[in-house]
Amino acid sequence: MSFALHVFSVVCISAGCLFFIAGTVGLLRFPDTLTRLHALTKADNLGLGLIVIGLLPQAGRLSSGIKLISVWVLVLFAGAMVSQMIGRIARRRAVDR
Amino acid sequence: MNAVPVLDVGLVLLTLALAGWIIGARDTFAAVVGFVAYGIILALIWVRLHALDIALTEVALGSGLTGVLFLGAASRLRESEVAERAFVPGRALRVLAAVFSAGVAAAIAMAVLRLPDPAPTLAPLVAKNLDSTGLGNPVTGVLMAFRATDTLLEVVVLLLALVGAWSLAPDRLWGGYPGLRHYADPDGVLVYAARRLPPFGILLGLYLFYAGSDGPGGEFQAATVLAAMWLLVMLAGVRPAPAIGGRPLRAVLVVGAAVFLAVGIAGMFTAGAFLAYPEGYAKSLILTIEVVLTLSIAATLGLLMAGAPERSKDS
Repeated sequence: MSFALHVFSVVCISAGCLFFIAGTVGLLRFPDTLTRLHALTKADNLGLGLIVIGLLPQAGRLSSGIKLISVWVLVLFAGAMVSQMIGRIARRRAVDR
Repeated sequence: MNAVPVLDVGLVLLTLALAGWIIGARDTFAAVVGFVAYGIILALIWVRLHALDIALTEVALGSGLTGVLFLGAASRLRESEVAERAFVPGRALRVLAAVFSAGVAAAIAMAVLRLPDPAPTLAPLVAKNLDSTGLGNPVTGVLMAFRATDTLLEVVVLLLALVGAWSLAPDRLWGGYPGLRHYADPDGVLVYAARRLPPFGILLGLYLFYAGSDGPGGEFQAATVLAAMWLLVMLAGVRPAPAIGGRPLRAVLVVGAAVFLAVGIAGMFTAGAFLAYPEGYAKSLILTIEVVLTLSIAATLGLLMAGAPERSKDS
C-alpha cells in the first residue's frame, strides 16, 4: 500500500514539475503580456495543484494536509486576482497605444 | 545519488545570480520585484538551515513588507527616474564604488569565514532554562524572556520609524490622512479580494501568533500578516486609512511598548531586575505582552505602509 502511495506521489509531483517547466518556457517565449499570463496560470493552478496532491499522502497528519490544501487555495486566489489586475492594465495600455 | 546538495548549491547560485541581477537592473520597479523574489529564495535557504522562525520573518518582513515599502518608493520616484537614467557616472566614480562595495563584501566574507569552530553559543543555556518561561519555542523564549530588552527596543524603533515617515508631511497636513491613492473599481477584483481575503488572513495571523509559543511563529510574523490584510482593505478603498491625529489610533500604536515597559519596570520590584518575570507568572505575562505587541506592531506596520499624510484632516 505504501509503495503504491509513493508511486502516486512521484507521478503527481513529476507531472506538477512538468507544468512548472512548461509555464516557465511559456513565460520566457510567449510574445505579449496576456499570453505570458496564460502560461503562468498553468504553473500556479495545475503545477502547484499536482504537487500538493502528490504531497498529501506524505503529509502524515490531517492538519498538515489541510495546510497544504490551504496553500494551494490561497495561491489560486492570489494568482487569479493578480493576473486579472495585470491583464486589465495590459489591455488598457494596448488600447492607449 | 543524493539530490539535497544539488538543491542547496542551486539555491545558493540562484541567490547570487538574482543579487547580481538586482544590482544591474536599471529600472527601479524591476529591481524591487527582483528583491521580493530574492527574499523568498533567502527564506528557502533559512528553511534548509532549519531556522524556520527566521524564514517566516524573512518572508513576511524582509520580502513582503519591505517589498511593499520599496514599491511605494519606486512609484514615487518614477517621475525623476528618466532624468536619473540620463545621468551616467564617470569611470572613476564607478570604479571607486565597485572597489568600495567589493571591499565591504570581502570584509564580511572574511569575518564569516574566520568565525571560530564550533561557534560560541548560548543555545545549551537557553535549552536548560527554557522550562522556567513555560514556553516551548526557544526562539520565543530568547525574544521574550532572555533577551527581552532587544525586542522592547525593536518595538520602539518601529514606532520611531513611523514617526519618521509621518514627519515627512508638511505642517498643514499634520494629523491628516495618509496618501494611499486608490483607483480601485468598486466592482473590481481588488475590492472583491479586500472583502473576501481578510477573514482568512486574520485567522492565519492569529494562528501564527498562537503557534509562536510552542513552534515557529510569533507576534512579529502575525502582526505582518494582519497589517498586510489592513493594507489590502485600505488599498481597495473598502475602509480608507485613518487620520493619523486620532487619539484611539495613537493609543493602539503605543500600548504594546507601554505594557512591555510597565511589566519590565514592575519586574525590578517583583523579580529583582528590569524585564525579569516573577516566578510562575512568566508565561502569562509573556502572553499578555505578546497580545498587545501584536496589536501595536500590526497598526504600526500598516500605517508605515500607508505612508505620510497627504490630505488634511478637514478634507
